[in-house]
Amino acid sequence: MDLSAYLLLSAALFSLGLFGVLTRRNAVSVLASIELMANAANLNLAAFARFRGEATGQVFALFSTAITVAEVVVGLSLVILLYRSRGNVLLENASELKG
Amino acid sequence: MLEQVAFAVAALLLLSSGLKVVTSKNLVHTVLWLGCMLAATAVLFVLLQAPFLAAIQLILYTGGLLTLMLFGVMLTQRDEGFVTIPNPSQRRVAGGVLAVVAFAVVANAVHNTPSLPNVRSAQLPTAQVGQLFFTQYALAFEVLAVLLLAATLGAIVLSRRADAGVASETPGADVPARRALPDPTAPTTERKEA
Repeated sequence: MDLSAYLLLSAALFSLGLFGVLTRRNAVSVLASIELMANAANLNLAAFARFRGEATGQVFALFSTAITVAEVVVGLSLVILLYRSRGNVLLENASELKG
Repeated sequence: MLEQVAFAVAALLLLSSGLKVVTSKNLVHTVLWLGCMLAATAVLFVLLQAPFLAAIQLILYTGGLLTLMLFGVMLTQRDEGFVTIPNPSQRRVAGGVLAVVAFAVVANAVHNTPSLPNVRSAQLPTAQVGQLFFTQYALAFEVLAVLLLAATLGAIVLSRRADAGVASETPGADVPARRALPDPTAPTTERKEA
């Protein structure tokens, strides 16, 4: 398989994640969709590392993996906080900051 | 030949489970399909000769993060039977159009870029990745450690139960400001329900 196959695959995965972020109403589902997009980015980094023969891409993918996990940890605790103050985790109910 | 078959299977699994993640009505199914998607990504990492990345993906994402998300779902959805409300179709159409446009833009860019390096190289040893971590990217590595610490502390502070009397009664009320940490020798004060 060549590089463009991996790039197209990760573009498709990213689009799926984008669709999920735009249409899901539940905060946990939105976090899962963000995971999809982050994974697409990781896949790209690993693919470039493979086809350029440099380990740097893998290093970056590992960094982004760790950062994504940290993001989800904080995001989930925000979801739990949202649940405590609202009784549900629907995003349209959390609109205080909306202009 | 074998690589093509493995790639096709993994790609199919990745996209179909990704589709289930964004369309499934049941929140637990969403999270489980997410685990399937992450495992398929690990397979692709193996195909890309990044076994260390694949192992980290399985341990950190599929092991740790999935468990965490399942906890999040189970802790926040108990009354609603684990079911999310269906999407309004109008937003669904708009989101679908935007996603297709995004894919078309990227695919067009990939298609029209002539200088993509398609050369096959020798296998990347994992030791090289480790070496880069502790030489060229040592500073970033340390900063990452601080970031993880900050995320852990942030999660603890955010998900601590607010002190008794104020929290969670009134939907829409502001989150009460945190008081001082309770005495760790008397943890029962914290457990009191609002």
